[in-house]
Amino acid sequence: MAQISTQAAASGGGHLDPRFIPRNPGIPLELDWVREVRVNRSAVERRAATLATRRTVKKEWQAAWLLRAVTLMDLTTLSGDDTPGRVRRLCAKARQPVQPDLLEQLGASSLRIRTAAVCVYHAMVPTAVEALAGSGIPVAAVSTGFPAGLSPFAQRLAEIGASVEAGAEEIDIVITRAHVLTGDWQALYDEVRAFREACGDAHIKTILATGELGTLRNVARASLVCMMAGADFIKTSTGKESVNAVLPVGLVMVRAIRDYLERTGHLVGFKPAGGIRTAKDSLVWLSLMKEELGPRWLRPELFRFGASALLTDIERQLEYFATGRYSADYRHPMG
Amino acid sequence: MASIPQIFESMDYGPAPEAATPALGWIAGHGGRFGHLIGGEWIEPAEGQYFETTNPATGKALATIAQGSGADVDRAVAAGRAAQPAWAAAGGHARARHLYALARQVQKHSRLLSVLESLDNGKPIRESRDIDIPLVARHFYHHAGWAQLMETELADMAPLGVVGQIIPWNFPLLMLAWKIAPAIAMGNTVVLKPAEFTSLTALLFAELCRNAGLPPGVVNVVTGDGRTGEAIVAHPDIDKIAFTGSTEVGRIIRVATAGSGKKLSLELGGKSPFIVFEDADLDSVVEGVVDAIWFNQGQVCCAGSRILAQEGVAERLTAKLRARMETLRVGDPLDKAVDIGAIIAPVQLEKITALVRQGEEEGATMWQPSWSCPTEGCFYPPTLFTDVAPSATIAQVEIFGPVVVMMTFRTPTEAVELANNTRYGLAASVWTESVNLALDIAPKLAAGTVWVNCTNMFDASAGFGGYRESGFGREGGREGLREYVKPRWSDGRTVGQSDGARAGKRIGRDNARNKTASDRPTVRPSDLPPIDRTAKLYIGGKQVRPDSGYSLVVHDAAGGIAGEVGRGNRKDIRNAVEAAQKAVAWTKGTAHNRAQVVYFIAENLAARGDEFRKRLRALTGERAAAREVDRAIERAFSAAAWADKWDGQVHHTPFRNVTLAMPEPLGVIGIVCPETAPLLAFVSTVMPAVALGNRVVVVPSGTAPLLATDFYQVLETSDVPAGVINIVTGDPAELTPVLAAHDDVDGVWHFGSAEGAAEVERLSAGNMKRTWVDFGLERDWFDEEQAAGREFLEHATQVKNIWVPYGE
Repeated sequence: MAQISTQAAASGGGHLDPRFIPRNPGIPLELDWVREVRVNRSAVERRAATLATRRTVKKEWQAAWLLRAVTLMDLTTLSGDDTPGRVRRLCAKARQPVQPDLLEQLGASSLRIRTAAVCVYHAMVPTAVEALAGSGIPVAAVSTGFPAGLSPFAQRLAEIGASVEAGAEEIDIVITRAHVLTGDWQALYDEVRAFREACGDAHIKTILATGELGTLRNVARASLVCMMAGADFIKTSTGKESVNAVLPVGLVMVRAIRDYLERTGHLVGFKPAGGIRTAKDSLVWLSLMKEELGPRWLRPELFRFGASALLTDIERQLEYFATGRYSADYRHPMG
Repeated sequence: MASIPQIFESMDYGPAPEAATPALGWIAGHGGRFGHLIGGEWIEPAEGQYFETTNPATGKALATIAQGSGADVDRAVAAGRAAQPAWAAAGGHARARHLYALARQVQKHSRLLSVLESLDNGKPIRESRDIDIPLVARHFYHHAGWAQLMETELADMAPLGVVGQIIPWNFPLLMLAWKIAPAIAMGNTVVLKPAEFTSLTALLFAELCRNAGLPPGVVNVVTGDGRTGEAIVAHPDIDKIAFTGSTEVGRIIRVATAGSGKKLSLELGGKSPFIVFEDADLDSVVEGVVDAIWFNQGQVCCAGSRILAQEGVAERLTAKLRARMETLRVGDPLDKAVDIGAIIAPVQLEKITALVRQGEEEGATMWQPSWSCPTEGCFYPPTLFTDVAPSATIAQVEIFGPVVVMMTFRTPTEAVELANNTRYGLAASVWTESVNLALDIAPKLAAGTVWVNCTNMFDASAGFGGYRESGFGREGGREGLREYVKPRWSDGRTVGQSDGARAGKRIGRDNARNKTASDRPTVRPSDLPPIDRTAKLYIGGKQVRPDSGYSLVVHDAAGGIAGEVGRGNRKDIRNAVEAAQKAVAWTKGTAHNRAQVVYFIAENLAARGDEFRKRLRALTGERAAAREVDRAIERAFSAAAWADKWDGQVHHTPFRNVTLAMPEPLGVIGIVCPETAPLLAFVSTVMPAVALGNRVVVVPSGTAPLLATDFYQVLETSDVPAGVINIVTGDPAELTPVLAAHDDVDGVWHFGSAEGAAEVERLSAGNMKRTWVDFGLERDWFDEEQAAGREFLEHATQVKNIWVPYGE
């Protein structure tokens, strides 16, 4: 078997643009594969713990990696008190996440630094679409009764349709955790398959809410079933569970993505969300992707951070690198 | 340098160097030249010789180090000897405070120690920073605790005195900690020689000891090459040698110290199996292999260097391993993002290169990643061999480099066979998601440490050490303390008459003088001629005639002839060992069952008590014959009692994990009985050995072997399975060397002359079997403390540590 990066390139077909990623069409549910999944928690935790200590980037490399992290961000607001004004502010930040003078100091003005998407509730989709018009930044909508996903199935499907209709290009759906906890893989597969169809051309990110799945093995199995059902991305969390994006969970999910790629040739993206707040955290996640899946997963087509507070810390670190002085939050425009 | 936009596109890693300046500054602060640290002072080498220590990543000199001579070692031993009584007398609490201070010192200077270690050894800074140095601190903390507890937990034990310690270059400071911490915790003082390639952290540590107020002379560091090591090994005033290094050198040390009375522990080489069952988490297995063989450039004695993969997953595993190898980074050890640093020295690099070439020549498939390895300095890429036959050189020989070989197996039984198909027995790793399988396989592996779903895990609270030719003794845990103490009662021992070998010679000479055994008339009280009784050898549960066809005369107390015993020879020993090896079911059986058998032996011994009393009276003239029989019955009871109580421990390793420290029987033990207390000593030695699951080949007392041959009548009526206890009478001087040199004997206990003891220790070096000898010193077999209990149980077993991380 060739190494991952070669395989990934091969499955890209005749497209020369490395950013062209064919969508994952999904495959029929393969229960044997789901059931044979093995995850050794202690070993996964050991690997996760040493990811941060085996790799690090310093100076120019750190600055470049942090800029890359900014471009991988789904800048997110998912609060009960979201208003159109708040969302417009966020969209402005998405267009210009790092101040031009700072980029100039970094010698990076040539780079088009903007976030990968803005992520909001359905009600805020029209505002966001309007605020981002002409920027090329897609709007992502959380959907299907986010965050618990327990509203009537028809309503969940309808919610997807409404968001797509309102201009969302990416739909972050939540799965029914009960299907995982009861081992009803067929039900999970059917649900995600239906959601994907409802999405049409919009990309579907399946949120596993891993903090509520009990075990890492369940995380791996749910990841596989979602990919079989045609997920474009698998995503860790809603940000509302008590445990959100943590490295062991991320490791299990990216290994599932690799496994799926090796067996089917289809590329699936990954989105850790919730709890990623520091620049250092973001660098560890990037190392994880580079080490386990290769450089293709360092682009917004296949990797996103779901984050809100992360950006400010990255800006502070970038300014420190540029000036040699430690920075303060208030020096950077808020979203 | 790449611009930020360029890196933004490539997303490459850049350099991330750890500054070497403080460590180089420490060296410069010493003028770049180091003497020995003896008695708390820097001492110039007596012969004025120095050598260079280099940075293997660059080949450049780091510092100049003293070459220790005999005079330097003398001085260090004298300093240790002078300091030892006060150090022991200071008490556990005082020593605990000192060890605690050393742990603190290590933590306070952790980065300096890490950087210095990586500079001198070539290991990645991540490993020295995150693994070596924290484990060093942990070792001193843990043993500070043992110092504190010694007076209560090891109340009957005393320090040995001055300990000579010789350590290797692969984990310079960690091996120092493993050696020094338990030694000084138990009240010994040490003379330590670091490896000549890597002396710097030991010297810095010695300086930290001084700064921390450790009394002068407790820790002495003498640097130098093998010649300095030889001087330590040969030094007459050293009480114990602890060595970590190659099996080759370990064997030389075993021979050199034979008969010297020095206690010895050896931690030697390995070719540890890494067993992957088809239900393992293969992605985690891959990271396990990284930790097993690409940790410390594969220069790890317990490196998992033989992957045994179940056939169904071997191909997938190979593919995953190769993909992972592509992402490993080899280079500057001080770079924080490097996985594999520099090989210790050009000589080692050449050895690795030669073995890899040989592997290819012998037909195995060699694979290395596509990226190129640095050509400046001593670097070698990670290497995977597949299509490897067990008979291939690279499958048998310890490579001590980043080279792993992979073989396949079909069934768990075959996995165990392949795993154990080695002279070594240091460690093993088992990967499966089935607890049934893991806990079935772990006890079957001939290895001192078994890691389930993990590898190269270490902790001060868990013993580490080998089976077979990987050495003996443990480092860490309660089991590791044994290496640095002795029973208090043994302090005032004198050279006794319990000299079985000499007695044997006397019998032999008698026999030679008398030509034939039947020459001499037997004085009998009765008019009727007695019915001739023929004492035979007892092998494989059968009474057998000696191969030689000769008999030896046994005299009674009055000098008359008490009877004759067969004159066993080397073939009888060979047969007895074979019978004992076959009786493996005894070892696999339950402790409860063994206890029942030993109790039954005691019961039948009691039933025949009169017979034994009579025999004892006749043979030894001992008025205490009745007492001896009673004691022997009691001793058998004691052994039976212990059978199911010599429990292991669950060590508190600081992970989510249970570490099971299980005492396992050695296997086949040869026992050479003393001359005194012929029945009691026989029972006192044989019964605990078999109660704990060993099979034994016993050479009975030279003067009174008839007790032992009478004893097989007891054995035959006590449900003792064939081969568990084998008795070969004859001249101990002739039989002992055969046992000691036999490569399928796992241990020899010798309670005879000093010369016999020396011979046993010397000959044991063949397969590095465990030995327990009394050096001709007296042991009172009637004394409960001296002739029963822990000391016997400890010698009858070796501790296996099984690490079982858990969590779903």
